[in-house]
Amino acid sequence: MTVPDPVLWGALAAIGAMAVATYLCRISGVVLMGFIPLTPHVRRGLAALPGSIVVATVLPLIERLGFAAALALLAAIGSMVLRRSELLALIVGMGVISGLRALGW
Amino acid sequence: MSSLQEPSRKTAGPILTWHGAVQGARSALVLIPGLVVFAVAFGAAASAKGLSLLETVMMSAFVYAGVSQLVAIELWRPEWSWGAIAGLAVVTATVNARLVLQGASLQPWLAPYPKLVNALHLFFFTDANWLIGTRYHAEGGRDLGVLFGAGFIIWINWILATIPGYLLGSLVADPRRYGIDLVMPIFFASMLVPLWRGRSAAVPWIVAGIVALVTAKLVEGYAFIIVGALSGALVGAFRDDRA
Repeated sequence: MTVPDPVLWGALAAIGAMAVATYLCRISGVVLMGFIPLTPHVRRGLAALPGSIVVATVLPLIERLGFAAALALLAAIGSMVLRRSELLALIVGMGVISGLRALGW
Repeated sequence: MSSLQEPSRKTAGPILTWHGAVQGARSALVLIPGLVVFAVAFGAAASAKGLSLLETVMMSAFVYAGVSQLVAIELWRPEWSWGAIAGLAVVTATVNARLVLQGASLQPWLAPYPKLVNALHLFFFTDANWLIGTRYHAEGGRDLGVLFGAGFIIWINWILATIPGYLLGSLVADPRRYGIDLVMPIFFASMLVPLWRGRSAAVPWIVAGIVALVTAKLVEGYAFIIVGALSGALVGAFRDDRA
């Protein structure tokens, strides 16, 4: 027996499948870690995880986006070191990238 | 709405307050302009690809993960087979797999809360409120309302901004010109400053970065985030100096 193709509701089924897949991603890290005992090793690994996620996300993106993007991110980090304000860091970073792109970088 | 649970007197108990939710929503405000432009771009792409307004809004509301939504629009087709739907689900899970690691990193914070509470607020879990929550937790905050409030305000704005994007479509100027494509990378990068715990603690980050760069060269898609971040966590776990 074969299930008929989802002709009428195909788009909604596709959206539903995406929603389920994404929700499973959202909860599974928390659920899985519930089964792993928090030994000192695991604790240290978890402590290193947020920064590692940030660097692993951003570095390849910079490499793709180019030198101007790298300068913009460095400027944002610099602003964050001087003044702990995400808003200012965003303004500085976007100012730098808009300026550089306007100059044709 | 009053607080779901009053903050307990002892600092050890799980905290979830309305006050925290407002604080979280406030910290997310800086991201709203960039987020709106991203949602408008998604709405425009969806209308160009022939989705109905209802489908587009439903995707923003129930999937609520920008990059995977844009990828889905790339792969969108007029007619669907079950195989194509399963394929789309797999692609979506791959793009969003970083959420698994982000959730894992917050597990020590979330563990004391009832499972139902976690199941509900994690629906709103995304890059931006993970970053806000991680920073807040790293600075000693424990109120889960912050994570929830930030996620919720971003969710609402994400859905609402999808609609003008869909309706105005081609009127949207190139977001690249104003650096909108760099909003999340800048927010990610500036988060390294509050997470900084000295040079020694940064060694796993360097490993994560190098492994991610190499993986990005070798493998298509977004695997570099997972492979890089896990390498960093492993290095962090097995370094013998004090944590």
